Amino acid sequence: MATSSTAIHFDEVTLGYGRRPAVHHLQGEIPSGSLIAVVGPNGAGKSTLLKGIVGTLKPLEGRIRLDGPSSEIAYLPQAAEIDRSFPLSVYDLVSMGLWSRSGLFGGISAKDRTKIEEALSAVGLIGFERRPISTLSGGQMQRALFARLLLQNAPVILLDEPFTAIDAKTTADLLDLVRRWHDESRTVVAVLHDLDMVKRVFPKTLLIAREPVAWGETPDVLKPDNLLKARRMVEAYDPHAHVCQRGAA
Amino acid sequence: MLDILYTPFSEFEFMQRALVGVIAIALGGGPVGVFLMLRRMSLTGDAMAHAILPGAAVGYLLAGLSLPAMTFGGLAAGVIVAMAAGLVSRFTQLKEDASLAAFYLLSLALGVTIVSLRGSNVDLLHVLFGTVLALDDNTLLLLASISTLTVLALAVLYRPLVLECVDPIFLRSVSHAGTPTHLIFLGLVVMNLVGGFHALGTLLAVGMMMLPATAARFWTSDITMMMIVSVLIGIVSGIAGLLLSFHVELPAGPAIILSAGAVYVASLLIGREGGVLWLAWPGKHLEA
Repeated sequence: MATSSTAIHFDEVTLGYGRRPAVHHLQGEIPSGSLIAVVGPNGAGKSTLLKGIVGTLKPLEGRIRLDGPSSEIAYLPQAAEIDRSFPLSVYDLVSMGLWSRSGLFGGISAKDRTKIEEALSAVGLIGFERRPISTLSGGQMQRALFARLLLQNAPVILLDEPFTAIDAKTTADLLDLVRRWHDESRTVVAVLHDLDMVKRVFPKTLLIAREPVAWGETPDVLKPDNLLKARRMVEAYDPHAHVCQRGAA
Repeated sequence: MLDILYTPFSEFEFMQRALVGVIAIALGGGPVGVFLMLRRMSLTGDAMAHAILPGAAVGYLLAGLSLPAMTFGGLAAGVIVAMAAGLVSRFTQLKEDASLAAFYLLSLALGVTIVSLRGSNVDLLHVLFGTVLALDDNTLLLLASISTLTVLALAVLYRPLVLECVDPIFLRSVSHAGTPTHLIFLGLVVMNLVGGFHALGTLLAVGMMMLPATAARFWTSDITMMMIVSVLIGIVSGIAGLLLSFHVELPAGPAIILSAGAVYVASLLIGREGGVLWLAWPGKHLEA
């Protein structure tokens, strides 16, 4: 699937809201084909980082470089950001994954329909096609969103807390898909809170607490002293912060 | 019975014109109202109706009862307020309802100031309550053009409009169509309100947009069907209102909106999708 050596570069990137950084001076790169977890306390800037990568949030400073167009990124936002009361069927929600090919006007061909059915089958939602999304459980909704990701067929996949409030069976099924993407050499970046799962499944980890705390092999990153450091950093909120001089000439 | 329903439209040209007018308004306003409701912007239509009032009034002051002047004035005021509110909510931390409230109040105050400076006692009844029983050829052409343009634009924008309602972050991650779609949609709202005020007045035009849409929500959970049902309810309400006006001598604009209101109340009570009676007596539960 992916061919280049680096999928995402961070050049001293700072992301935030107003003038206050949520991710501060991140430097590094995510090699193509990586399976990497982004962990850290609440408010550490994990979701903000994904929004920066996908391009829905512009950096306050520095930049994020991608080795392909941003349209080649498949992004799963947190479930809370989706309006589930909207009268939409599972089939229609999943078929949105074809956007990069169909765009504003393109129709859905017989081949596309087969792909949609395959995606629904892969996540165990055959028979749910006509169900309104408002009637789905949290796990079923997440399965539908993973089916949409499958259809996007992107070399880079960003997952924002994909397994929050999901039962063990659904989590295991969806983790199988994550492993499959990794086997296909796609780059997968997942924001997670379950450190046991990270240790089991994700070979690389970025521990962040507004500032990057540790980045590398998962067992090295998730050491108690790093976790403690991350906790202290994110709790150190300064309401009278000075202007950042880092990088100033 | 057939006479009561048929004769007014077969015998009187002004009733035929009014009928064509309300059908055109229902065709454009029904689908726009459905999207306003699904995007949780139902009160936006009301705010926009207030926003176009001073523009139409200024057009009236400058050129009298001139269709182009009042239409252009209303469109200009509405588009400026809608675009400014839309852009402010996109690029600042202010939400759309707050920025819209700020801009429509500014627009309203500016309009009243201009009218006061002119110092004449202007008859704004036409603008406020419309003249559905006196629609001329040009007005009918305007209404038909607006509804045609609206249906075509919604067909083109359907996908991004739906996506922006359900999952705006996803839309922003796959396309840059979100902001232009939103602004064009607000433009469609303004256009339909401006068209509607010639028949129903600025304050009641929004009724033909929102009442059929909210009533349709009680009958179906499919968006396409919702738009079709909304249009049908708009047409039926329009016909019922015109007949009430003809036979009982009620003012036509309010009679049309009252008819739409009656359909809404009936739908609220007996609608198959979440109507009060179905919620109160849902029947025995199904198997697991």
